[in-house]
Amino acid sequence: MSGLLVLDSVSAGYGPVPVLHGVSITVAAGSITAVVGANGAGKTTLLRTVTGQLRTTGGSIRFDGTDLAGTRVEDMVRRGIALVPEGRGVITELTVDENLRLGGLWRRDRAAAATLLVRMYELFEPLARRRRAAGHQLSGGERQMLALGRALMAGPRLLLLDEPSLGLAPRITAQILGLLRGLRDDTGLTVLLIEQNVRSALAVADDGVVLSLGSVVAARPAADLAADTDLRHTYLGF
Amino acid sequence: MTPSKSLPAAAGAAAALIGLTFVLEPFVSYQLATVCAYLCAIAGLTVLTGSGGQLSLGQAALMAGGAYSYALCANAMAEAGIEGPVLLLAPLAAAVLGAAAMGLVIGCAAGRLHGPYLAGFTLALVVAIPAVTSTFSEMLGGDQGLWITVEKRPDALRGTVSNEQWQSWLAILCAVAVMAVLHNLLRGRFGRQLRAVRDNSAAAALAGVNVARTKIVSFTVSAAAAGLGGGLLAYVTQSASPGAYSLVLSLYLLMAAVIGGIGSLTGAVWGALIMVFLPHSINSFTADLPVSPDLAQRLDGNLAIAVFGTVLVLVILLAPRGIQGLITAAVRRFRNSGTEPLPETTAGTAGSTGSAGPAGPVPGTASLPTKLSTTKGQP
Repeated sequence: MSGLLVLDSVSAGYGPVPVLHGVSITVAAGSITAVVGANGAGKTTLLRTVTGQLRTTGGSIRFDGTDLAGTRVEDMVRRGIALVPEGRGVITELTVDENLRLGGLWRRDRAAAATLLVRMYELFEPLARRRRAAGHQLSGGERQMLALGRALMAGPRLLLLDEPSLGLAPRITAQILGLLRGLRDDTGLTVLLIEQNVRSALAVADDGVVLSLGSVVAARPAADLAADTDLRHTYLGF
Repeated sequence: MTPSKSLPAAAGAAAALIGLTFVLEPFVSYQLATVCAYLCAIAGLTVLTGSGGQLSLGQAALMAGGAYSYALCANAMAEAGIEGPVLLLAPLAAAVLGAAAMGLVIGCAAGRLHGPYLAGFTLALVVAIPAVTSTFSEMLGGDQGLWITVEKRPDALRGTVSNEQWQSWLAILCAVAVMAVLHNLLRGRFGRQLRAVRDNSAAAALAGVNVARTKIVSFTVSAAAAGLGGGLLAYVTQSASPGAYSLVLSLYLLMAAVIGGIGSLTGAVWGALIMVFLPHSINSFTADLPVSPDLAQRLDGNLAIAVFGTVLVLVILLAPRGIQGLITAAVRRFRNSGTEPLPETTAGTAGSTGSAGPAGPVPGTASLPTKLSTTKGQP
């Protein structure tokens, strides 16, 4: 099966410390893939490698058939890959409106960006009320919405999310994950989701990948993974 | 202000300032011209350091680049027998281009540095100026610097307009143009990119902003503004010498930007005014003091530095957003005193008042059963 994003025995690390050891993952177009695993399994490193913030030391990453090697971080979004960074990377000094527009800044087509902006405010109603508030005045949930909205402003084909549930109330986590599901159904968005919150991640995902100490130990349909008690006990601790 | 509004505002400001020179003494007109020259450099610095978050101590070096470009171009043209408005404008263009080219080269190196490393690198540039001028003393005149042939006022104005007044006009026009250009740059796409890169360069890059290019462009823009400032200063003082562009000037420019309100172009105006008029008024104050000549001599010059330092400490302690921050806070208080207090949702230029923590309950989001909504500040 050919996926939208194909990682083929990717290795990466920080300086002399290797973190990923030959990771192979295929993300099918129009699916939600959840990568789960304990702390230090290399989940964030995986995303940093895909977006080019970290260079691979081996293997290849192909997006829609083209090799991503050497693509600069700021060009990823032009190719259709958007990342919502961990810890809600909103620009705290910019307003909500400016943060969202930043996501579409690379577009030459201003009308399309304006249409998307309206769409984002429909999608995230709380943000519409706080358009002119600075990023640092937002609550945790609002920040996560803003970071997600900014990524969506790029009109990506592949959305990468790093721990969207971090520090959020379960109800808001469920809302945000549900929204991803809706986006996938409506627009055919492909999502690669990194989560520590295994239960809710696998509930919303189509496919699940279990990462342990930098290697893939299981890659199966999400429902399958959630039902496998042994695997859960061994690698996920519940 | 949108570009369509800021252009008339700039034209109005220029007209008002030029009108003002008719009632000023020639010496005060000269001071006004130096204010305009420093304003160009401070405004450039406030864009780079305030909005871009890149601490530079090299602004004096870039001013020197502008001043020497101006001097070389003006003298070459005078030797070739060129006169008239071209002799007035071409050297200024040379000053802007020369400094911008310097800024571009420096920016390419500086784009990789941040924080104290960038400050150290730019510090080295300023310190290197005397060495550069004495190494190329044939061309740059060594310690003495260069004398400059400048275009005097047109014959038609002789008698009604003093030379200082005429010089201040050009300085005023240039400074207003710099302010208008920087204002429009900051409030547009570039300004947003700049602040995004300062705040969170990883998030900015992920949103598609070219971080390195943004840093280099901000350095080049800042250098061009400093170069115009240096060119104006060379024009007004009719000389370019290494002594005028020392590390002290760099520090004064940074102090002026901070005291005025770093990151604010209006703050740069206060900073430039203080930089010229504070030392002058203190020096004339010490001259009038009934003290022994010996003490007066020691006070002269040094007291101004002491006052400057004290003001800087007070500003950092009491008004971190500088004079402009105080003014906007006062204006807001005055506006709110008559009416109902505004809810926090109007962000304005928060910072000293806003905390980075939870924002408290969000008004108006409580009753939203569907779609996404939050009710609490912090889950």
